[in-house]
Amino acid sequence: MAKNDLIGGSLWEQYSEKVSERMNNPRHFGELTQEDAQAMNGRLVVANEGAESCGDTVRLFWVVGDDDEVIKSAKFKSFGCGTAIASTDMMAEMCIGKTVEQATKITNLDVEKALRDSEDEAAVPPQKMHCSVMAYEVIKQATAIYRNVDVATLQEKNIVCECARVSLQMVEDAIRINDLTTVEEITDYTKAGAFCKSCIEPGGHEKREHYLVDILARVRGEIERENNPDGVVGDDFLSLSIVKQIKAIEQSLDQYVRPALAGDGGGVELDDVCLGDDGLVHVHIKYQGSCKGCAGSVAGTLSFVQKSLQGTVSDKIRVVVAQS
Amino acid sequence: MERIYLDNNATTIVDPQVREAMDPFYCQMYGNPNSLHSYGIEVRPYLHQAMEQMYAGIGARDEDDVIINSCATEGNNTVIMGMYFNLLKDTRKKRLVTTQLEHPCVREACRFLETQGVQVTYLAPDRDGMITAEMVKEAINDKTALVSVMWANNETGLVLPIKEIAETCKEKGVYFHTDAVQAIGKVDVDLRDVPIDYLTFSAHKFHGPKGAGGLYIRQGASLPPLLHGGEQMGGHRAGTVDVAGMVGMGKAMEIAVDSLDFEDKEVRRLRNKLEDALLKNDDVMVVGDRELRTPNTLYVSIRGVEGEAMIWDLNEHGIAASTGSACASESLEASPILTAIGADKELAHTGVRFSLSRFTTEHEIDRTIEVANRAIDRLRQLSTSY
Repeated sequence: MAKNDLIGGSLWEQYSEKVSERMNNPRHFGELTQEDAQAMNGRLVVANEGAESCGDTVRLFWVVGDDDEVIKSAKFKSFGCGTAIASTDMMAEMCIGKTVEQATKITNLDVEKALRDSEDEAAVPPQKMHCSVMAYEVIKQATAIYRNVDVATLQEKNIVCECARVSLQMVEDAIRINDLTTVEEITDYTKAGAFCKSCIEPGGHEKREHYLVDILARVRGEIERENNPDGVVGDDFLSLSIVKQIKAIEQSLDQYVRPALAGDGGGVELDDVCLGDDGLVHVHIKYQGSCKGCAGSVAGTLSFVQKSLQGTVSDKIRVVVAQS
Repeated sequence: MERIYLDNNATTIVDPQVREAMDPFYCQMYGNPNSLHSYGIEVRPYLHQAMEQMYAGIGARDEDDVIINSCATEGNNTVIMGMYFNLLKDTRKKRLVTTQLEHPCVREACRFLETQGVQVTYLAPDRDGMITAEMVKEAINDKTALVSVMWANNETGLVLPIKEIAETCKEKGVYFHTDAVQAIGKVDVDLRDVPIDYLTFSAHKFHGPKGAGGLYIRQGASLPPLLHGGEQMGGHRAGTVDVAGMVGMGKAMEIAVDSLDFEDKEVRRLRNKLEDALLKNDDVMVVGDRELRTPNTLYVSIRGVEGEAMIWDLNEHGIAASTGSACASESLEASPILTAIGADKELAHTGVRFSLSRFTTEHEIDRTIEVANRAIDRLRQLSTSY
């Protein structure tokens, strides 16, 4: 938070002129038919992506030349907001004249760059980067239909952040190489989580397979175990005395959890440790500082603390908020 | 370009009569009402008059308190945090009951108390978007300290059965709080009829200034203040009173209550005209029974047309409306209210809200109908699903 973040609400002011212009007058909307394809000596490809219940759908039409695999015409239809329509329109335009192979390489980042008014000013605000992802995915879908292959074979594997196209490997490497301890650091190094924020923790705009909080806790745990191969894990932890359990938990909180929360002016205090009915060690915590007032404390922070303790102390731990 | 404002549930134009009433308190009578000298003395009668207008407007009794503050968000936080320090923190009362329909200032204040170990029940509305007294009754147990249910919903305009809910809470011996921000000036709010302990409102929702609000506290239901450090408002809310804001709010309240009949007939007639015209398009649906809504509000779902795209097109033609579409919020979260109603998942992305006021004209509604119909046609041509 700082001067420029305190007055919220702006969204449309951050759209580029090109985005506004294409929302008002999209150039490539419409449909292509079998007759159109025949007239152009090409093959018709129709691909759908998204679901209306998720807020965004797009249908892409291509006519692909019979002899040269060049996309002779591209049109689209879209159910979505202004940036979704504008980025789909730009994507369709970028497909025209390219071979299917070349078009498949177009990413949402390319589409966003093409919509900029000037080179160094983003075309859309961060939370709208997400809208261009659909444009990227529908190309993959169209290629899969054209080649008659499973779309999964064309998709990049294990993408953590769709907006910035950051893979799981890239996140893990960034944590290990730079010894990162907070999600903010991961975002600074990789751009993952800088846009729609869905990939940071559960509960965001859309469900993700990987979340940065989980990856961070897991990789930190791996690093810890590599550095300290004699650490206790699993059932061994249950057999420790309560004093040793508390010591191990406090040590992990000091080393991994508190520094991460301190970055946001928050903290946690250990309230109680006891064996629960589920056979797990229940760690009762109390929030301190800004964590107390943070809406994310209930789900996000709790999940982070639990994952950290599970990764660095024992997977037999469950973290709960202490009753006042 | 002619502009038309149909987003009155977000905020309203200040009534020129209200502004006129406020004007002398900036450069002429600018004294601190707590001062002993003539500058303070000359201001106080106006504050007393504003209090009279406020008490009369909501039917408060002289022995009750109406604390003047900055807005309903402050009032709602005062009630929920105050309940924590009074009861939830140290007594056997450990629970709050509220609804999924509430404004974020109630919802997030409750979420905050959850981090302090308070248990909160968030009642889901039924398929009609309603919370019933029966639901509230079932949710209350002997650990419940407070029930908080809004009087009218900001998105759908649905007016909840507050009288029955309040009576249920009274029977059960539980404090009852209502956020009446969307009710004042739209429906009759009379505390002589309804046993409410805490009620909040904001002046800017009924043609008063932004930054002025009120918190009604029934006699005997006193709360610790949120802001400490002054004698203002009988020690209930420290901080120099915004004299102009308070005077403006009093005037706005008086006019709003006097205009209830106009609101019910004329504003309702124009709202219904817009509603009927939009419903002539195929696959358009309106949320909530017309008779159960505030007279000024229309929440419409237009199949195949994404909400933010619709308000974009309206805005290009000078018309201001609003959407609960996930796409349009900074957080990208789907409207919890429409998700709660759950009728159709698409609804959360196709919803557009038009909210009128007593300043809305017939010409404006006619033009809105014309522009909206054109926007629907254009966006449906673009749409994958239409």
